[in-house]
Amino acid sequence: MIEVLSTLSLNTVQDLGRFGSRHYGVSTSGVMDPVALVIGNILLGNPDNAAGIEVQTFPFVVRFLADTNFAVTGANTAATLDDFGLPSWWSATARRGQTLTLRPPSSGARAYLTLAGGVDVPVVLGSRSTHLRSEFGGFCGRSLEQGDVLRTFASETDPAPWKAGGLGVIPPAFVLPSRGATTNDKVLRVRVLRAGEYDLFPTAMQEAFWTTDWKITHHSDRGGYRLAGNTLKLATPVEMRSYGLVAGIIQVPPSGEPIIQLSDANTAGGYPKIATVIEADLWRLGQARLGSFIRFEEVDYEAAVDAMTPVAAYIARIRRTTDLYRSF
Amino acid sequence: MASAMIDTIRPNRATVTAERPALSKPKLSSIGTRALLLEAPGAFELRQQKRMWSVADEVVTWADVEEAVLGVTNLMVVFSKPPHDLEATKAALLDAWHRLPEKAVSGRVVEIPVIYGGELGSDLSAVSAYSGLPPEEIIRIHSAGEYTVCAIGSSPGFGYLHGLDPRIFMPRKTVPALRMLKGTVTIGGMQAGISVSTGPNGWNAIGWAATPMFDLAKTPPALLAPGDQIRFLVERIEL
Repeated sequence: MIEVLSTLSLNTVQDLGRFGSRHYGVSTSGVMDPVALVIGNILLGNPDNAAGIEVQTFPFVVRFLADTNFAVTGANTAATLDDFGLPSWWSATARRGQTLTLRPPSSGARAYLTLAGGVDVPVVLGSRSTHLRSEFGGFCGRSLEQGDVLRTFASETDPAPWKAGGLGVIPPAFVLPSRGATTNDKVLRVRVLRAGEYDLFPTAMQEAFWTTDWKITHHSDRGGYRLAGNTLKLATPVEMRSYGLVAGIIQVPPSGEPIIQLSDANTAGGYPKIATVIEADLWRLGQARLGSFIRFEEVDYEAAVDAMTPVAAYIARIRRTTDLYRSF
Repeated sequence: MASAMIDTIRPNRATVTAERPALSKPKLSSIGTRALLLEAPGAFELRQQKRMWSVADEVVTWADVEEAVLGVTNLMVVFSKPPHDLEATKAALLDAWHRLPEKAVSGRVVEIPVIYGGELGSDLSAVSAYSGLPPEEIIRIHSAGEYTVCAIGSSPGFGYLHGLDPRIFMPRKTVPALRMLKGTVTIGGMQAGISVSTGPNGWNAIGWAATPMFDLAKTPPALLAPGDQIRFLVERIEL
């Protein structure tokens, strides 16, 4: 059990997402960085899909109201438990009354606080994720506020505390580096597959799509990233009827500035789609900061499918190591 | 406030098509590795939508299909993992499109009482000016229509409706209203709608309905489903 001592807006309870209700018009919600949530849960022996807290505005401060194992993954937030500094991607045991502080990250955009057992909020349409716009799911359907008390499913009377200060993992950014050494490090490479209307764009526009360093503008959020840096115009406007969306789809509205639809996007839309970010790179995009730059790199279907193999291997390795460490 | 009345006046069974209409090829494209989009060729016709309903019903029975998401004359099929043989999966989808008959409407008619005009239907006069018809006639035409729910999407419970009378067509606004109330009855181009959340909206407001379109306490939570038909009842007119 924890109490929120200090928070800004837009920090929410999320799990991996609400899948299977898009045909009711209900978007998936869910964490922007699924790798970070899953690792945070594995470190605690939770189910992969247990709900955690996605922190995207800082500082975020909580007090533990019971002895609790917790983990902080995702963005590097220079977390402290009382006066003790915690490495990033670390799990530790908090004693009742201790305070955890997450600070503005030195790298990454979103941190995940997971708690042993997972955050205890009701399941709505198969998920504990907060659907902010429709005000349901998560904690009372809203962002966390000062004074909120969150319960967990763990037995709070008898935690099995970590020995020797806890357990950490190597962050995925080290193990799964962004590909392509040809551009500078400040530009994140994001792999994409072509989508339905790619061929309708003139060659020069296709070229611009691949060669532009796209800036993630400040009009970006969990719903989608609005990009700036070029304008992509069709030779002739195309009339699209509304069709289903998934996270990662890149649409080009009449303004010509692409939008990458993400976790809180509507379930349907009608703009032409030029490409889709592959699943293996969505977590990376979830950690991309406002004002930073991305560049798209084309892969084919086979490569897009294969790209998940190293991600799955990284997660599997941590799962084995954690289980082993816990058994000592 | 009166709530929606639902009656079953039509039998719920599939239409048997006597002959397979000659249709040009639908478009099939990838959305990432775990979704395919099937789009019907040609104009926005109800018969194409009815065929999409049939395809949706079938594909959800396939192994590894996580969800079938209907759009307007299209269908996004979401897989739980990337199809091992993408070409075979595409072929199966195309086969389903060509093979399956149109699905009949559900037989459910949902009646939605509307307060036309007034503060919450503030674009009624603009629609009147655009069409050259008096407001009373706009209301008469809108409430006389029978609308078919093509798909639910975009926001929780929002129905894409077919059946707007072209005489009351009104293009979407170039500058959206900043705060349109949930329940606003709207016209957006050739589509009729009922907004499901309060917020910015580029469609034209002609009235307001109290009927909740989405209620988590109910199963299913969305009032409307593809194949349902809607009638707007005149509850009150405020001119």
